[in-house]
Amino acid sequence: MIYREAGDFSSTYVQDSQTFPIKFDRYRYYLVLAVAFLVVPFVINDYWANAILLPFLIYAIAAIGLNILTGYCGQVSLGTGGFMAVGAYACYKLMTAFPDVNIFFHVILSGLITAGVGVLFGLPSLRIKGFYLAVATLAAQFFLVWLFNRVPWFYNYSASGQISAPERTLFGVEVTGPNTEAWATYLFCLVFLTGSAIIARNLTRGTLGRTWMAIRDMDIAAEIIGVNPLRAKLTAFAISSFFVGISGALFFAVYLGAVEVGEAFGIQKSFLVLFMVIIGGLGSIFGSFAGAAFLVLLPVVLKVVGADMFGWPTDIVAHLQLLIVGGLIITFLILEPHGLAQLWRVAKEKLRLWPFPH
Amino acid sequence: MPDQLLFAMEVTLNGLMAGVLYALVALGFVLIFKASGIFNYAQGVMALFAAATLVGIMDGQVPFSHLINAIFGTDLHHFGWHVPALLAILLTVVVMIVLAWLVQRLVMRHLVNQEPIILFMATIGLAYFLEGLSDLMWGSEIKTLDVGLPQGINETIDQITFDAFGYGFFIDNLDIVATIIAGVLVIALMAFNQYTREGRALRAVADDHQAALSVGISLNFVWVLVWSLAGFVALVAGVMWGAKSGVQFSLSLIALKALPVLMLGGFTSIPGAIVGGLIIGVGEKLFEFLLGPALGGATENWFAYVLALVFLVFRPQGLFGEKIIERV
Repeated sequence: MIYREAGDFSSTYVQDSQTFPIKFDRYRYYLVLAVAFLVVPFVINDYWANAILLPFLIYAIAAIGLNILTGYCGQVSLGTGGFMAVGAYACYKLMTAFPDVNIFFHVILSGLITAGVGVLFGLPSLRIKGFYLAVATLAAQFFLVWLFNRVPWFYNYSASGQISAPERTLFGVEVTGPNTEAWATYLFCLVFLTGSAIIARNLTRGTLGRTWMAIRDMDIAAEIIGVNPLRAKLTAFAISSFFVGISGALFFAVYLGAVEVGEAFGIQKSFLVLFMVIIGGLGSIFGSFAGAAFLVLLPVVLKVVGADMFGWPTDIVAHLQLLIVGGLIITFLILEPHGLAQLWRVAKEKLRLWPFPH
Repeated sequence: MPDQLLFAMEVTLNGLMAGVLYALVALGFVLIFKASGIFNYAQGVMALFAAATLVGIMDGQVPFSHLINAIFGTDLHHFGWHVPALLAILLTVVVMIVLAWLVQRLVMRHLVNQEPIILFMATIGLAYFLEGLSDLMWGSEIKTLDVGLPQGINETIDQITFDAFGYGFFIDNLDIVATIIAGVLVIALMAFNQYTREGRALRAVADDHQAALSVGISLNFVWVLVWSLAGFVALVAGVMWGAKSGVQFSLSLIALKALPVLMLGGFTSIPGAIVGGLIIGVGEKLFEFLLGPALGGATENWFAYVLALVFLVFRPQGLFGEKIIERV
């Protein structure tokens, strides 16, 4: 790497508690932000937005949410799909019930509603742990999907049982509905992702994050030194569900536009987000991004290579994709159980000593 | 007797029989969990894979024919022979044992001493892999599986109940056969576990890995053994469900049905899996019968989970699970 820690001494508390204490990291972060906000919107086209960037942004928010719960607080959840559905349906009900309120606030509100539901389904975590809890969260997944499928109030009694996003604008630019432009939806999601990442990063550095990690590492010991497990676990469920709800709302309103709950938010979605977190790295915000990028890109790459370059039938490519995703997950877990984030850390560590390793 | 009560009795009977099948799938989980602490999510996909392999062998399909055709431009489909059911089942058992060996050799051996959650993830990865493999090898279309099990309404029970109550119960022959086979298998597994040398080794490993190693039990052998047993249980479950509703993707979802059974009965208990299966089988059928119409139907999807969840809040280790003691 082209930098060393030596020479970066903090002399004030502000400097000491920076997110990126090393200048190089900080500038790189600003550069990434600048490219994402100022360059990409001008070069983006529909294919890139719909096939790669929008899913990446939205899944990254969900992955951050799940990472808070699973990676930082140690509570495995298989109910992500169900919570995303809560966000989506909350957003839909809000959008149709209060058409005059700005869509931005609707998305935030749907996050808050999801947080409430998350706390409700998080209550059993105070009694049950580990696998039992993981399976218990499946109850949330199946129950919520069933609820949105069977209770007509949630889909406004539409004949198809689907929900579809009405057109809404932000500063006069359409961000939902059929006539959106790629750059607008991209920026809309990017704002939410940036906000989520900053909030999550700072939460995990603070008191709350430390109590989560204490619970994750050993809940009994944490309780003995004065961490309140009730508060820690329920805040983790609430904040995690908040992000997951936002991602669900965006997934429905901005990305898909029309949603059938069993298809869009089924159990597969829960696993997908869980894989992102695991492949990316448990307990790492960067890992959430890396995992989301990896699993969004993989099918696209496979499709391009398999179907377009070799001309194989799409069903074979789909099967191969399952095979490869499964194989990759196993390989990853064997080689690096702590995910891409750990690979990145190791690479940094190695480069720091290069060319003179001990 | 009032009609409602008769219907409820019929539903209960059907629920009991479904429960035995759930118990059978749950048993596969318990076996592996006890012996190696791995929660094998791939159990359901193993059932799908086993059933698809059985159909493929019986029909003499060429494995990977789609892929081979796509790459080499050939036009392979079938070898053109038909294998009798019994031989095909034996061959499938061999395939499942080879699979167990491969899983042990290539995956689980490298993950010894990892946290349980990592192992769980690995089995989810395995589930995806097997699903892809099964689709590539034998095609993903819905296949009918016919190994000669009787199907259709059981006339005798229909007649007897009609004579007794004036209302004939509808009970599928296949369900009865499945219940008997599952019951026999459960008893055989318990006997194997209790009275054979290998079963004793298995229980020793379940109790304490290191102590088992120190008295000369081969962990590798035991693990291959439990994965093979789980593969065999998966095959039986796959045949039953496959005969009922065709061999297709939804077969792999029986794993999801078995999870609440496990929670209810406890992950470590064979009798627990059976009792849990029966409770869930009867519970979800009765619930759907009594409250389903009022709630909008299809409550079977979540009832078992919610029941298990509520139950766990009061008894976190399940009905028969070992009491969870945490030492600091």
